Amino acid sequence: MTALQIIFLIAAAATLISGLMVVTARNLVHAALWLIAALFSVAILFVLLEAGFLAAVQVVLYIGAIAILIIFAIMLTRRVMQDTGPQTNQQWWVGAIIAVALFAALFVVLQQVVYPEVTTAIPPDSLKALGNSFVDPNQYMLPFELASVLLLAAMIGAIAVAGDKK
Amino acid sequence: MQLDHDLLAQLTWLVPVPPLLAFFLIVLFTNRSKGLSHTVAVGMMALSWAVSWLVFFNVFRSENLGEDPIRGVVDWLPFGSAAVAGTGTLQMGVLVDPLTAVMLFFVSLTCLMIFVYSVGYSNWGKPRDPHDAPGNPPHGGIEPLYSRFFAFLSLFAFGMLTLVVADNVLLMFIGWEIMGLCSYLLIGFWYARKYEDPNQITPRQAGVKAFMTTRVGDVFMLLGIVYLYSQTGTLSFREILHSEEVLNHLAATPSYIAGLSVAGLAGLLLFAGTVGKSAQFPLHVWLPDAMEGPTPVSAMIHAATMVSAGVYAMVRLFPLLSAGWHHGEPLTPPMLALAVIGSFSALFAATIAVAQNDVKKVLAYSTISQLAYMIAALGIGAYVAAAFHLVTHAFFKALLFLGSGSVIHGVEHGMHHSTGEASPSAHAKDARGHDASPQQIDPQNMMNMGGLRKRMPVTFWTFLIGGFALSGFPLVTAGFWSKDAILGGAWEGGYVVVFVVLALSAFLTAFYTMRQISLTFLGEPRTKAAEHASESDPIFRTILFALVVLAFFAITAGWAGIPESFPGLGGLLPNWFHEFVGGTLLERPEAEAFNVVPLATSLVVALGGLLLGWLTYRNVPAGADDPLKAPLGPIHTLLKNKYYFDEMYAFAFVRPAIWLSETFVSAWVDRGVIDGTLHLVARTAIPIGNAFRNYFDAPVVNGSGDLVANIVKWFGRTFRVIQTGKVQQYLLVVMVIMLVLGAVLFVPGLGR
Amino acid sequence: MIPLSWYLTLAAALFCVGLYGVLARKNAVAILMGIELMLNAVNINLVAFWHYLTPAVSSGQMFAIVVFAVAAAEAAVGLALIISIYRRRQSVVAEEMDLMKW
Repeated sequence: MTALQIIFLIAAAATLISGLMVVTARNLVHAALWLIAALFSVAILFVLLEAGFLAAVQVVLYIGAIAILIIFAIMLTRRVMQDTGPQTNQQWWVGAIIAVALFAALFVVLQQVVYPEVTTAIPPDSLKALGNSFVDPNQYMLPFELASVLLLAAMIGAIAVAGDKK
Repeated sequence: MQLDHDLLAQLTWLVPVPPLLAFFLIVLFTNRSKGLSHTVAVGMMALSWAVSWLVFFNVFRSENLGEDPIRGVVDWLPFGSAAVAGTGTLQMGVLVDPLTAVMLFFVSLTCLMIFVYSVGYSNWGKPRDPHDAPGNPPHGGIEPLYSRFFAFLSLFAFGMLTLVVADNVLLMFIGWEIMGLCSYLLIGFWYARKYEDPNQITPRQAGVKAFMTTRVGDVFMLLGIVYLYSQTGTLSFREILHSEEVLNHLAATPSYIAGLSVAGLAGLLLFAGTVGKSAQFPLHVWLPDAMEGPTPVSAMIHAATMVSAGVYAMVRLFPLLSAGWHHGEPLTPPMLALAVIGSFSALFAATIAVAQNDVKKVLAYSTISQLAYMIAALGIGAYVAAAFHLVTHAFFKALLFLGSGSVIHGVEHGMHHSTGEASPSAHAKDARGHDASPQQIDPQNMMNMGGLRKRMPVTFWTFLIGGFALSGFPLVTAGFWSKDAILGGAWEGGYVVVFVVLALSAFLTAFYTMRQISLTFLGEPRTKAAEHASESDPIFRTILFALVVLAFFAITAGWAGIPESFPGLGGLLPNWFHEFVGGTLLERPEAEAFNVVPLATSLVVALGGLLLGWLTYRNVPAGADDPLKAPLGPIHTLLKNKYYFDEMYAFAFVRPAIWLSETFVSAWVDRGVIDGTLHLVARTAIPIGNAFRNYFDAPVVNGSGDLVANIVKWFGRTFRVIQTGKVQQYLLVVMVIMLVLGAVLFVPGLGR
Repeated sequence: MIPLSWYLTLAAALFCVGLYGVLARKNAVAILMGIELMLNAVNINLVAFWHYLTPAVSSGQMFAIVVFAVAAAEAAVGLALIISIYRRRQSVVAEEMDLMKW
């Protein structure tokens, strides 16, 4: 077992355990904190996959923005919610069964796949190429612009929906 | 002025038209204006009269009008081929031969006089009395339905004139039927009049009775016409009656009934029409009750014109009736029937007239009797005598009826003006404004009259002239000459029975005529109304004018037919009538030789009857019974009740007919069978419909529709549980399905 | 060398954990957190494939970045909705939001 594999396993375990804690924590703020932990573990995984930019973006975006947003929402909707009591709904066991079944099916499929050999290496200036691809009209400028439009729409929508209408 | 035959033919077409025009004008336009209506009616009738007299005076001197009459014919309908004559079209036309000419003379004059009389009789000039309801006779005010009266009179005149100028049996029959209609309309003119006594016939009932009774005759007449047509193929007078070969053929051919020739059977059938129309026994019952109509109607229709139309038909058809007969031979069956029924009716009606108290009913029975004279005369072959009596009778009978109308009006005036004891005002009014005269009597009952001679002089003298003419007062009255001609014909032909019967009837005629005159005019007034009767009211002007004109003709008409062989007077004037009218027949009848027996008989019966009547009735006091009642006893009651013929007919014919219509047809057939069938159909159809509805329509048709809807509803209800509104459950379902799909698609062996 | 299958299996497991969170949690915000987990699992998958199969092309990373943007937008809008619902109904229990039931 190489060092990378051990790191991978640790990171993977952290991710999964954090994830499980997210979905089972009674206290919602704890769940949000466990979410931050899971997201951070995913960032580590990104680093392992030599996608440094994505790791940074993951931390900044998911943890810095989305997780904070989630915590804000928890705070704003806290008055009625109780921290204790069952946090699962009536048919949680169906969900559990499905999740397990799905994982089993995927696991079986993944075991049977013949994985191709990796041949090429990551070019050294992949980050620069990524940047170029954002603005190159022959590459991904359009999705980029669309993504920004989407974010704009989401922002406006969120303000409109959640806005305090006095 | 002398006109040629073609122009005269055109003029003859014009004769019936003006009254028809008057009828339409009055009905459509001038109905509201009484004055305009009578002007139109009288004016048009005067025009008709003028044209008739123009035609008459143009032809009365011609000697061969019989051979060469005025004719005008139009093709009217294309028609199927006929048996003998072979005509292809039905032709209508006018014919003026000598018989028609004299008919035109007296018919137009009497009708015109009656029109003029009606103006006064209907109280023209008087204001409308608000108590007079339309459909009831007026009491002193003007007749409310004035215009309608003149309209009907005009229509009637049209019918009569059409009949007179017709050249074929069909057109004659058309005029016949129009007059029948008008008779019904005019008898029932006062349709709303009701009587308290249920046995007294109302005008409405009388109209129906007249129509029904004449209908019986008309049906047989129509059969006769059809039969005649089927045997000859034509109905034209000239072709049948003026053709020797046709007549001989008809006389020789046997008919369906053994013993009768075609001419005989046709003649008998056609005679049946006359029996109805001229009120001979046994169809005489309608004429006395027809007196319910206004007096001008009685005069015109039931004395001068319509009933004479029946006799005219027989006179016209005489060649057919006497086909194959010659003087001295035994009578043909139709002539025998005419003679028998004629003589019987003459005596029969005369006996009834003796016991009648209503002034118009006496005249009605008298009419029956006189018409019977004419028919009997025809029956024994005295053609010219019958025609002569027809003409003179029209004048004096119309005169007598109009005179009776004048008397009635005078007595009604007396009723209104009599107030009991002497009073300064003639029109005392009671609290409600009615005339306070206490006397409400029947103004037509002769027992309520008397002494009118002094009070109504013009009426008296004209009535006397008429009455004498009717009785056959010698020499100065027209009736004498015509009656004498008939009696002479009977004696000369050797028909003793007929002679005796007719002589007896003449005696009774004179007797009851004098009875009537005495009761009405002579003696002392028997009631206050008679006391105050007068004819000085302005309405009497037209009345008296008509009376005087007719009286003139009642005297002078007879002098046109004085027989040449009469002692003394014969030969002074030519017997124009005999020469002229005799020319109508193929064989000009010979003038009879003079015989003293009929002359003596007629003098004796006429003068004797008049004397006896005068003696018996000249001094009947008020409230007394009829002087004949005591000697005759129960016979008098029999006569007064007209031999109970009305009751017999009611029992034998009327009640069964009413039973048939009310019970059999109406209740049993109509309501029971026809309505019952309909009800039955309804009663079966409704349950069937309901069954369809309940067992098929509702469960099956509605049910299938409802079933579809219910299935859909059930599906919806059942499957909507999926929509819980909970997002997580939706996602659950998605995941489950995805797993299932994944298993099916990706697991080798599952699914396909 | 970490085999690709390890990454994929991890991604699958994370995905199923997130799925369980979505299906079984009461609180709407908790559901959104489950959704974030699922999206992260997808991202891991994408980047793993990029790294092991087409490292030369930047499409893999691009895809992941787009997923990031979408996730952010979706989280923002979703939370805005939750806040709006909370204002109305004083509750964020997903089960109670069933007005769209039959």
